Amino acid sequence: MKDQHLVTLDVNGREYEVVLESRRTLADVLRQDLGLTGTHLGCEHGICGACTVLLDGEPVRSCLVFGVQADGRSVRTVEGLADGDELSDLQQAFSRCHGLQCGFCTPGFLMLAEAYLDTEPAGDPEEVRDVVSANLCRCTGYQGIVEAVTEVAAARRKQRDG
Amino acid sequence: MADQVGQRTPRKEDRRLLTGTATFGSDVQFPRMAHARVVRSLVAHGAITAIDASAARALPGVVDVVTAADVPTGLAIPVRLQVPDTDVSGRLQPVLAATEVRYVGEPVAVVVADDPYVAEDASGLVTVDIDDRDPLVDVDDATEADVVADFGLGYGDVDTAFGRAAHVVAMDVAVGRHTAVPMEPRALTVEYQPATDSLSVYGATKVPVFNRQVLAGLLGMDESAIRMHAVDAGGGFGVRGEFYPEDFLVPWLARRLRRAVSWVEDRAEHLVAVNHSRQQRHRVEAAFAADGTILGLRDDVRHDNGAYVRTHGVIVPELTLAMLPGPYRVPAYRGRVRVVLTNKTPCGTYRAPGRYEGTTAREQLFDLAAAELGLDRVELRRRNLLGSDELPHTRAMHTLGTDVVLDGGDYVRLLDRALARVDELGWRQLVDAGRAEGRLLGLGLAVFLEKSGLGPYDTADVEITSTGRVRVLSGGTSLGQGIETALAQIAADEFGVPYDAVDVINGDTLLQPYGTGSWASRSTVVAGSAVQRAAREVAVRVRELGARLLEAAPDDVELVDGAVRVKGVPGSARSLAEVWQAAQPRAGWLAADEPAGLAARHRFTVDHMTYPYGAHVCAVEVDPGTGNVQVLRYLVAYEIGRAVNPTLVEGQLRGGVAQGMGGALLEELVYDEQGQPQSTTFMDYLLPTAAEVPAVDLVVCEDAPAATNPLGARGAGEGGVTAAGAAVASAVSDAIGVPAIGKLPVDPRSVVRLLRSEDRTTRHSVALS
Ligand code: FES
Ligand code: FES
Repeated sequence: MKDQHLVTLDVNGREYEVVLESRRTLADVLRQDLGLTGTHLGCEHGICGACTVLLDGEPVRSCLVFGVQADGRSVRTVEGLADGDELSDLQQAFSRCHGLQCGFCTPGFLMLAEAYLDTEPAGDPEEVRDVVSANLCRCTGYQGIVEAVTEVAAARRKQRDG
Repeated sequence: MADQVGQRTPRKEDRRLLTGTATFGSDVQFPRMAHARVVRSLVAHGAITAIDASAARALPGVVDVVTAADVPTGLAIPVRLQVPDTDVSGRLQPVLAATEVRYVGEPVAVVVADDPYVAEDASGLVTVDIDDRDPLVDVDDATEADVVADFGLGYGDVDTAFGRAAHVVAMDVAVGRHTAVPMEPRALTVEYQPATDSLSVYGATKVPVFNRQVLAGLLGMDESAIRMHAVDAGGGFGVRGEFYPEDFLVPWLARRLRRAVSWVEDRAEHLVAVNHSRQQRHRVEAAFAADGTILGLRDDVRHDNGAYVRTHGVIVPELTLAMLPGPYRVPAYRGRVRVVLTNKTPCGTYRAPGRYEGTTAREQLFDLAAAELGLDRVELRRRNLLGSDELPHTRAMHTLGTDVVLDGGDYVRLLDRALARVDELGWRQLVDAGRAEGRLLGLGLAVFLEKSGLGPYDTADVEITSTGRVRVLSGGTSLGQGIETALAQIAADEFGVPYDAVDVINGDTLLQPYGTGSWASRSTVVAGSAVQRAAREVAVRVRELGARLLEAAPDDVELVDGAVRVKGVPGSARSLAEVWQAAQPRAGWLAADEPAGLAARHRFTVDHMTYPYGAHVCAVEVDPGTGNVQVLRYLVAYEIGRAVNPTLVEGQLRGGVAQGMGGALLEELVYDEQGQPQSTTFMDYLLPTAAEVPAVDLVVCEDAPAATNPLGARGAGEGGVTAAGAAVASAVSDAIGVPAIGKLPVDPRSVVRLLRSEDRTTRHSVALS
């Protein structure tokens, strides 16, 4: 008999109940059980960051988190970034700065950057480069990603300072 | 509507990719879908004596376990790109190993289960007994029997050239084993329709029409019963989308089990299963006159092809030889290559195949020659680059089935533009200042020739749809390069509509059964030209029917801003949707027997490739303690002919640099002497991160539009990679004061060894003038 657990989680503001084996990863829960395939798996060993989601606001590698660990917690994924048809400032900046090509790494970078931007950083390009070096991209050479995050940090700062 | 070609339009692909609504191969799910897991050899070489799958079969949730005994005997994966006068037919990869395993990672069995976790559990329960044999890991240990092809390319009297040379310069250059590592591992989902005995395949890319033909042949099915659907692909770079064993096994299992089957490879599998590339040893020599003029060039290459000959046959070795002389005036040339089969993962192409390796060998040799002849590195190159008055230039060689005819251009001018930019950016001062502080800084340079726009043809269909949108069915495939956007721009211009009124579908074999795929930097050039011609034919048809609607002569109407109107009378305009209405049979505007609809198919053919060219310059700093190399600055100058979308061109070049740098400094697929792969995770196979890749400065030139296609485009897919190994090696040698470096990657250990070596005498003049 498999060990099954009833797990409740809030994903992008919506509540889900799922029955899970303890070994099932959060990434598989999101992708397979909830059909939220925007979260991607590039290595399944915690290096590439394609699977990055926010767990209670903190970026985590969802390939290294078990679904049961998310019980009672809130998860934010790439599907929760846009407001209806309106792309978020960060999504728009990625497109404008050509921060994506194949787009497979993009959800992970967006979530990583979202968590960083939530800390209200100064957004100095060197620091941004350091932050985004946590994830891997094989297409872009990172330049557009760094530019996009730097731009949004500056824009949000400006907005905050009124 | 202003012309869309040439504009930096945002990409059509971006919205779905940014919102998580794109569909990659592993995102496709069907009810009751089964999950396959491949059981792979853990031994590099040996005879299979027994396979026991009973424990796996007994595990609850397991649906099927298959081995070679279950598939028709003798099935092997055919070669896609033949090289004349070579026969590799005895060395093709079987779809499942039957009697012998030849590399770690070779498929031996497949487990299918209701759940992917169970499939993985069960795969661990399949025991494979193997009688070990000695593996061949190093080409130096190869015997005659291990050489699957031994051939040469060249022209002119090389022996005489070397005989009368004032200087002969020679060196060994070894390029490491790399692979492309697209961020999305391979994935296939196959749905089976029992009612029609047909298959829907999701996840094939690059060359879907060719792969369908291969699959139909192996399954004994009619091609029309197999549909390859277009899905998003997380990077291609040469490796994704070739026909691998799994491309047979997964559809075959779906048909055998009469249900949908999904297979998703994990990263550890990917690194031993997907094509490897690059690993070559060159003994390269050049003969010079006293003034530094090249008289002749020779190269003797050994190419480590891994365990089998896969879809690329021996095309990478051929390309290596054919492109080795590069953009230089080389009166006599002879290249020889021996293709060796070793007990490692088989090889194929990886972005700039043959050129990355050959450019590294040639340019390092020229750095060495400059040092030995006492010439500046730039001056040596400038003296030997073909002049614009010498182009087009025919070399009595062929590759990829076409003659080598270098088309027009101005190589020297491009080099000058690159160096002018380096001056502007103050890199010489940067290096000088660092050196004045005692730091190890260096500047490196490499000049290269690329190839693109490979024929012989591609096909596109263009049609107008009911709401007046333009729909393009292209034979290219979308691998993340932005081809949807580029093709939309091209089609839009023929109708004067904005590019976002154009929908582009790539790589669906039902919708476009005559496509030739996206590889070799050919899509924009060849597929793009096909789209332009097909769209132009539709535009003619739109004007014809529009004239009928307007009761005017066809010559008196014009197609402007997506509407047909009587010339100069905007009030008369009829939209594309209205003309589409008129093209419907019930509308009453069509003549008897006149075909309905507004559509055209065009097949664009091209005889010769076009040869883009460029230069890479970079500045590096070497840490004398650890041997670590940091790339501080990087510049690519590149002749694109004509950029359909400059932003996309820049993206291709920047991404290429990151990959090329990875191969130059970090990436290597290492094997131990037992043939066990040592680089099966991202902890061991190191990809460059944002911390290693600097911002890349670009000089994208449109000085020499290609004459081989109506767009004038030269293709951008590979020029960012081609010279990266050579340029980084050049900069490191300059930083540490050795004349040249004979091995990639230039990892910390080899740098430390070089720092301790005796011949640290020459330091290139930093002038690079
Ligand atoms: S898939 Fe989770 S870090 Fe790579
Ligand atoms: S855009 Fe392809 S991996 Fe980042």
